[in-house]
Amino acid sequence: MTTESPAAPARVPAVPAAGSHTLAGNLLSAEWTKVRSVRSTVWTLTLFVVLTLGLTALFTWLTVSNWNGAHAADRDARVVLDPVGFILGSGLGLGQLTICVLGVLVITTEYSTGVIRASLLAVPRRIEMLAAKVVVFAALMIVVAEIIAFGSFFIGAALLHSRVPVSLGDRNVTRAVVGAGLYLTVLGLFSLAIGTLIRHTAGAITTAIGVVFVLPILAGLLPGSWGAHVNGYLPEQAGTLIGQQHPPPDGNVLSAWQGFGVFCLWTVVLLGIAAYLLQRRDA
Amino acid sequence: MIEVRDVTKRYGDKMAVDHLSFSVEPGRVTGFLGPNGAGKSTTMRLVLGLDYPNAGSATINGKPYHELSRPLRTVGALLEAKSVHGGRSARNHLLFLAQTQGLPRRRVDEMLALVGLLEVADKRAGGFSLGMSQRLGIAAALLGDPEVLLLDEPVNGLDPEGVLWIRNLMKHLAVEGRTILVSSHLMNEMAVTADHLIVIGRGRLITESSTEDVIARSADKSVRVRSPEAARLAKLIEAAGGTAAAGDKAAPGGTVTPGAAAAGGPAPANGAGLLTVTGLDAARIGELAASAQIVLHELTPLASLEEAFMELTSGSLEFGRREPGPVDVRKPDPVDVRDGSAR
Repeated sequence: MTTESPAAPARVPAVPAAGSHTLAGNLLSAEWTKVRSVRSTVWTLTLFVVLTLGLTALFTWLTVSNWNGAHAADRDARVVLDPVGFILGSGLGLGQLTICVLGVLVITTEYSTGVIRASLLAVPRRIEMLAAKVVVFAALMIVVAEIIAFGSFFIGAALLHSRVPVSLGDRNVTRAVVGAGLYLTVLGLFSLAIGTLIRHTAGAITTAIGVVFVLPILAGLLPGSWGAHVNGYLPEQAGTLIGQQHPPPDGNVLSAWQGFGVFCLWTVVLLGIAAYLLQRRDA
Repeated sequence: MIEVRDVTKRYGDKMAVDHLSFSVEPGRVTGFLGPNGAGKSTTMRLVLGLDYPNAGSATINGKPYHELSRPLRTVGALLEAKSVHGGRSARNHLLFLAQTQGLPRRRVDEMLALVGLLEVADKRAGGFSLGMSQRLGIAAALLGDPEVLLLDEPVNGLDPEGVLWIRNLMKHLAVEGRTILVSSHLMNEMAVTADHLIVIGRGRLITESSTEDVIARSADKSVRVRSPEAARLAKLIEAAGGTAAAGDKAAPGGTVTPGAAAAGGPAPANGAGLLTVTGLDAARIGELAASAQIVLHELTPLASLEEAFMELTSGSLEFGRREPGPVDVRKPDPVDVRDGSAR
């Protein structure tokens, strides 16, 4: 690849006056340019959409077609008790993995490619850069996640209709669907915080997935009522309560909104530590 | 105007920058010279606020970097390390930078045109050649029309055309009254580019003066000699109080350093019969050769910046070769080097 080079440098054109936008507006548009202009964003979001909608359709269809099948009584009972929780859980359970990956990549690719240096030269008050990134990513996530949460619900509800009719008008259903989108948005920010703390893609993805998927299993091994109590306050366990219509009565320590609040608290604390370290460490 | 005052930076127990002070004035190209690992890039990162010093301060126009509002309008930097996402287009890279500074979108195209990347503006930057990447870096550095520029090894790995382009650009920008600090480990490059030199070694200041002075100080200090009887001549030179090193120190990529005198040893294959002599002038060497009836094929007094640099930094290089033991590494000896006598 070659390109024509100017024989002699032209005069650097005078710089135009600053636009009328505020600093915050400028930083937000810059972060939006960054997030939309790399393929990893497009690919992970595409994977998220396909995986979530596809698995929702697959699991719901399998459940309906094996209704009253062998060993199905327990599962059928759970579906009847909490159809919306079943629908949302079937696709998002795995789909949320891609959100963990995307949240981490949004910051760790800046470190792996070195673009973080350009970013921090442009915005040396690093917390302002991180704040703009959080706002832009949250806005992107909430739009995509809510669309997919509602999409999953409508697909699942349509397939499940012959066995368990469920609609947005039923008690707690709208809250659960909207809540699933909120949970994914906060999960993205939670992963972004982990990425900012760890700075290496592989390490940060492993940590994020470990916290979301492995920690609840480990907590479940704790003896007596300890397991249930510790588990109830873990980020993923607390956060997903909001996506259930009637949370299972056993071992439930938090209500739906309390659980979501606990998850938000985890995320805010992690983002705080991430911001502090971002400011203090050598870039 | 860049001011570095008594800056110290350690990474673990490695001292990268050691009580370094200097200032960079506007209106001229200031060369920042030192062997690899001397602390040039670290110093630039400290000035730019990417790393924090353990002690001391660095300011640009009197302010620490992070206190500049819209910093790219005051300072432009080209770092040696890559700072572009390979998957992003050149246009989008410049666009997000422009947006942080409140610059309009058309500024991006102006810069792409200036560095000759307009045709490939929408291609992924990861596919760029080294020269194109360097041009993109220059475009980013000039985006905010800054009065202060820091360029870390800008000609590294460029083809001659690219080197010439960057050289002219720097001179041109200095004439406009900007402050320009350009680092290099290539002394000959600095000789034709820089008006003023800051030389560092092992994180410490070795000298700071005009390029002319640095070259003048080293004139007649070193002589290149070529002879079919180099080994015998080397012995004579050593006996007369000079030092003869096999090979050509001034050659690009030359590995022979002062002190590593291979006197009497076989000459290297590529520089057969070549000696670099210090401590004796050309006339004395000629007399020695004549008296012993040794044929000379070449006798050239060297006055290159490369020579001057080698001499200036030899202290810090030698120091690294010997195991320091409990010696206080803080104690610099630039004074000896500066008058070139007390060694």
